Amino acid sequence: MVTADEVWAALAEIPDPEIPVISLVELGVVKNVSVDDGTVRVDFTPTFMGCPALEAMQSAMESKIAALGAVPAINVRLDDSWSTDDITSEGRDKLRAAGFAPPAPRQVGKLELVQLQRGFRCPYCGSTSTKLENLFGPTPCRSIRYCENCRQPFEQMKTL
Amino acid sequence: MSKRTDLLLAMADDELILGWRNSEWTGIAPFLEEDVAFSSIAQNEIGHARALYELAAAELGTTADELAFDREPEEYRSAPLVELRRLEWARTIARHWLYETADQIRLHALKASDDEAIAGLAAKMDREEAYHRIHAEMWVDRLLATEEGGARLNDAVDELWPYALGVLDDELRPELRARVEERLGRKLPEVAPVPRGVHEAELQDLWNEMTVVRRSAPPGSQW
Repeated sequence: MVTADEVWAALAEIPDPEIPVISLVELGVVKNVSVDDGTVRVDFTPTFMGCPALEAMQSAMESKIAALGAVPAINVRLDDSWSTDDITSEGRDKLRAAGFAPPAPRQVGKLELVQLQRGFRCPYCGSTSTKLENLFGPTPCRSIRYCENCRQPFEQMKTL
Repeated sequence: MSKRTDLLLAMADDELILGWRNSEWTGIAPFLEEDVAFSSIAQNEIGHARALYELAAAELGTTADELAFDREPEEYRSAPLVELRRLEWARTIARHWLYETADQIRLHALKASDDEAIAGLAAKMDREEAYHRIHAEMWVDRLLATEEGGARLNDAVDELWPYALGVLDDELRPELRARVEERLGRKLPEVAPVPRGVHEAELQDLWNEMTVVRRSAPPGSQW
């Protein structure tokens, strides 16, 4: 009989389909794993709801669980239980190493433009002389920033 | 149809149709950043529509895709505001800002709902919509900063105001009025809202395009 720890270990091998340096477990989208008589139930939260990678994530989890000889039951939670604050510190280091600035912590209260215009650290040169170029980027979860020191555009995961 | 399903479908249809309209700027927005912004906002809105349709579908015993694509145009519950085809920048920004403001008022009311699924989904949507609102407000600032921009935005708001009121139920309309009047620094006319249930002629063309692939697929096709 498969254990919850074995399932967690298997899910930790699944890369994010769009930012493959980070795993689904490091991304924090796996909220809970429970094993009941050969059925593995996984509570999973989407990042952005329009993310086209959601179905790929679900089917990758189902395949991993099936490979452990269990029946997968993925429960998609559509509520506010995931935040970019749930990305693990290892995950944040990996994002940085791949040229993505990790998201800023979630603020109490309303999200303001001024918070997003702060000089976040450039993942390439470490300078904080950076500016917001575009709130929106190539995927729903990313913004575009520009480093005035090394003159390199870079992406930052949006805070959710 | 229950009141709950009716609410879910109204919101889902708003988000789907507006998402479609926003995506019409993909490739032709005034500059690249806006091309990316409107495409990304469209993707979010359609993601919200899918989640809302799924809740409605669970109650109706159908699927999100069937609700999104297999109804006749007159069965959609969308507000006429989102159906208008307005490929002109000031009107696009006015519609975007009016819709996002109305949507925020609606989401805040729903976050306090006793219905856990609806309150949870509204809270998640609101996190994403915060970026849309920042984007819309940034454009309102930018247009109001010049005489020509301000005039164009105000004209567009006047044209769209009865439509904007039609997005919300009666009890939420005063808040929308107060917020829009405060931002523009002027009173808006007392007008009859353009209600849900009537449709703009432009919806038919949108529907034809949106559903053409699904309608032309042989029965039993796997997607």
